[in-house]
Amino acid sequence: MTTATGPSALHTVNLVKIYQTGGLPVHAVRGIDLLVEPGEFVAIMGPSGSGKSTLVHMLGGLDTRTSGEIWVDGKRADTLNESAWAILRRQKIGFVFQFFNLVDNMTVADNVELPALLGGAPAKHARERRQYLLGELGLTDKADAAPAQLSGGEQQRVALARALANQPQVLLADEPTGNLDSRNTRDVLRLIGEVHRQGQTIVMVTHDARVAGLADRVVTLLDGQIVDDGLMAPVRRRPKSGAGDVVELHG
Amino acid sequence: MRLHLLALLAKEPAHGYELKQALEQIFGNAYPSPNIGQIYVTLGRLEKDGLIRSVDVEQSNRPNKKVYYCTAEGREALDEWADSPTEGPRVRDEFFMKLVLAPLTGIADRTVLINRQRRHYLAIMRDLVELAQQTDQDNRPAQLLIEGAMLHLQADLDWLERCQEDLA
Repeated sequence: MTTATGPSALHTVNLVKIYQTGGLPVHAVRGIDLLVEPGEFVAIMGPSGSGKSTLVHMLGGLDTRTSGEIWVDGKRADTLNESAWAILRRQKIGFVFQFFNLVDNMTVADNVELPALLGGAPAKHARERRQYLLGELGLTDKADAAPAQLSGGEQQRVALARALANQPQVLLADEPTGNLDSRNTRDVLRLIGEVHRQGQTIVMVTHDARVAGLADRVVTLLDGQIVDDGLMAPVRRRPKSGAGDVVELHG
Repeated sequence: MRLHLLALLAKEPAHGYELKQALEQIFGNAYPSPNIGQIYVTLGRLEKDGLIRSVDVEQSNRPNKKVYYCTAEGREALDEWADSPTEGPRVRDEFFMKLVLAPLTGIADRTVLINRQRRHYLAIMRDLVELAQQTDQDNRPAQLLIEGAMLHLQADLDWLERCQEDLA
């Protein structure tokens, strides 16, 4: 699927996922049509069990679709086999999971540099990118540590740095702030805002309204279907009613 | 605002404009800046109730200014304020009343109401994130005030999700 300006970053057509785990079939995703333009930041919200994680896993080729189509950067992807998906991910997709999936026997620095090196970036470039990302996330002094020595919140930030190392065309993320305290969340919000301004396409499952509030567009799922898909209002300056109402102190 | 001003006056005597500045300095731009007229009206009432008194201070080249200070009665009112718990979470939510009642009349659809409200909350959250970034990181009261507002808003959104699951 292409538009006048070029291929969309991601596109699904009537995407369906049915899990058959022993007993009855579970319809996790029921016919989702989603079009994400390059540079767009889409937050996916909805109750647990509404199909959010299944959707982004399918978008990244980490879970197979039952029926329907997935297009990545103008190319049909749902028909690819596992190894072709692996190549597509390496070239075009960064993924941050709810659980971090870091390589245990490599340092933090190597974990972050790995995708860029696999993607064919020069070593110097990979190192500079790693230093920038770890710096932005307050992890510079953890570069030589092993993942197991880090807290959950630190590991999650390393996973985000790794996903961004290769400057992927699309960043897919599943609850990337789930393990963070408010200070760390602030660093992550700042970095996400920064890469988005640089043109990074982002599709992110999140419960966290602070993260969703940064998105251009919020898609809400319920029972495997889209129940709301809308652009966020542009940021207002010091609204008369809004933030002021919420933070009003009781006298 | 009565007791906020009283608390500031119990710390040290001040005139109206100094109180306005103190509130702005402590709570940062997260706190809707009170207008000076409101402050003087409130001070007038506090004085009438005997909780504060004022003295005129002469100034060169300017009209006298009124400096207010806290009375023993004012101090008692403050103690009572400090010693009693503050109002707990709402049990009546204006949006929830609308969500339940409006569809009964056929003038609104629950899914539409919930979707609109979610977008509104997220827009407010976006403003708060921006506000937190603009506010001095070392101003702990201001940062905590914003963080508190964010947590309330997150709870409102989580609740909205529950409403959507059960009602829509």
